[in-house]
Amino acid sequence: MNLAFKDIRHNLGRFALTTVGVGMLLMIVMGMGGIYRGIVEDATLLVDNVGSDLWLVQRNTRGPFAEISRVPSNLVHRAYAVPGVVSAREFVYHTIQREQDGKPLRIAVLGLSWPIDKGQWIPLTGGRSLGQNHFEMVADQSLGLALGETIDLGKESYTIVGTTKSMLSAGGDGIAFVTVTDAQQIQFDTPGEAVRLERASRLARGEQSDLGNLQPAILDNTNKPASQLPAIARPQMSAVLVSVSPGADLAKVKEAMSGWGDVSVYTQSQQRDLLLKGTVDRARRQIGLFRVLLTLIAAIIMALILYTLTLDKIHSIALLKLIGAPNRVILGLILQQALMLGVAGFGIAYLVGGKLFPMFPRRVILTQTDLFQLALIVVGISVVSSLLGIWKAMKVTPNEALS
Amino acid sequence: MSDRDSRSLAIETRGLTKIYGSGNTEIVAMKDASMKVHRGEVVALLGPSGSGKSTFLTAVGLINPPTSGQVWIRDQLVLEGEISYTNLRSFRRQHIGFVFQKSNLIPFLTAIENVQIALELNGATSRQARRRALHLLDELGVEDRASNLPSMLSGGQQQRVAVARALANHPSVILADEPTAALDGHRGRQVMELFAKVAHEHGTGVIVVTHDHRALDVFDTTYEMEDGLMGLSSSEATSVT
Ligand SMILES: Nc1ncnc2c1ncn2[C@@H]1O[C@H](COP(=O)(O)OP(=O)(O)OP(=O)(O)O)[C@@H](O)[C@H]1O
Ligand SMILES: [Mg+2]
Repeated sequence: MNLAFKDIRHNLGRFALTTVGVGMLLMIVMGMGGIYRGIVEDATLLVDNVGSDLWLVQRNTRGPFAEISRVPSNLVHRAYAVPGVVSAREFVYHTIQREQDGKPLRIAVLGLSWPIDKGQWIPLTGGRSLGQNHFEMVADQSLGLALGETIDLGKESYTIVGTTKSMLSAGGDGIAFVTVTDAQQIQFDTPGEAVRLERASRLARGEQSDLGNLQPAILDNTNKPASQLPAIARPQMSAVLVSVSPGADLAKVKEAMSGWGDVSVYTQSQQRDLLLKGTVDRARRQIGLFRVLLTLIAAIIMALILYTLTLDKIHSIALLKLIGAPNRVILGLILQQALMLGVAGFGIAYLVGGKLFPMFPRRVILTQTDLFQLALIVVGISVVSSLLGIWKAMKVTPNEALS
Repeated sequence: MSDRDSRSLAIETRGLTKIYGSGNTEIVAMKDASMKVHRGEVVALLGPSGSGKSTFLTAVGLINPPTSGQVWIRDQLVLEGEISYTNLRSFRRQHIGFVFQKSNLIPFLTAIENVQIALELNGATSRQARRRALHLLDELGVEDRASNLPSMLSGGQQQRVAVARALANHPSVILADEPTAALDGHRGRQVMELFAKVAHEHGTGVIVVTHDHRALDVFDTTYEMEDGLMGLSSSEATSVT
């Protein structure tokens, strides 16, 4: 006869409620682990998918995901000149915040180097990758933009041609993929008045310079777009992504580029580490610590529950001892209930969490390993937290059955 | 009497003394209490409140060892003072059945399970245990309440189930402490008669602590305690001599 089961059957409502409570607690522990994984996954999803062997970023910066990084656009050509490089792509990345339907909309704008990079590597959930070098956008679902919808950024409208899932910046903002030129348009969008003022001041500067006085015709150029003026540098990139041919020695290529005084070079795994150590490290550690705390709290609460469950059974335990039940029967009773509570709680956590977590704004990833680990922890907690109850039960004397 | 003497003893106590506390707060709850109970004999133990009846019964029941004196069960010395000569818990399981005033039953087990558990603890398979438990409940007239929880049974029915459990492992001894206190006179008498029937049929020695003088005719022998001292009841003493 299984005494643990019989007792639970007798106090079914109470036990069920307690289990739901423990289950909710374990769900939060589980969710914390999932959020932790989600942050790591989100942070590295982009770097892992973009498929670049080397990242060229502004000297002594840790790349566009961590801070502002500016490299000249001609760096692409320099990179191409290094033996072993099969492709070098411009990469632009910055976060903007606009209003959409009266609500703030934060977008991480990522520029792809058209036409080498049309975003074929982006895992799409719908639509297609970029098909022309202007006014198209692949947007993450979290931005709430549907396929075919258009969004006005700067002076232009962009049509959503593809959607992604969980393509987020380290800050959790959805990423919008456009071409590099569009990304720069969005980033350096200047109002008409600012353009007129800039042109007027260019003219004024020209008139004060020797060159302007000697060749007045040159001043006509001040009215042209900035991109057509050789004296004005083209907008800068955030980084250059370099792919190395399979046969080439990555270390050698990296060494050659490291010699350039204006850039820092990172391999993909270095860039990945930088992301994890830099931007998401605090969040990761914070959540990790929280998870430990919650696990401890869950253990304490379970210990209290099991202790009171034992207190309620003191008379029965005394009676069992009186009629000659060995300690192992009583120990089994408490331990089995602890395990039933833990296992049922874990099951509830898993089922409810599975329904609830997908509704969270950021990804909550439950990996098999994490679940297995948590299951072991729950078993551990169950055993440890039943010790208090067991200790109490062992102290009960058969005499207590008489009162 | 000679017929009874020739049979083996179920219980014998020699000079049981129990002292609670020490120094100023010392209480001598039981003094040199000796008793012999034969197999099949039903003994009543009377006495005013605080006279040491429960102290005696729990000493014999091996749950509250005496300060000094011997407890013999079935010609085996089990306890001498606080020294035990066997594993008391497993000895209790095999040789002693208990019935108390109330809440004798485990509340989360049904009537039949309460009997079954005693059998299973003693090594019976759950099939065997179930069969014997049903048989015992039948014998005690509560088989129709077998699958009820104790809370759904009347006081008398609960006591019958408790008696069934006490009998389960064919004990040498049944110890009952005011088993009828919670019952009305009629029901109380029924339970007492049950003890007598059980003792005679199963050859079990039974000691019943009671305040109920109306049912004394059911018992073979009556003892009385007063201030920790044990003696044959005066009426018994006169009727025997
Ligand atoms: N655990 C204990 N500690 C100290 N004194 C105790 C303890 N148990 C019993 N006593 C004392 O021992 C004496 C005998 O008690 P006992 O319970 O054996 O009496 P009883 O005859 O069963 O009384 P009642 O008829 O009221 O049940 C009493 O004076 C009681 O106060
Ligand atoms: Mg008493």
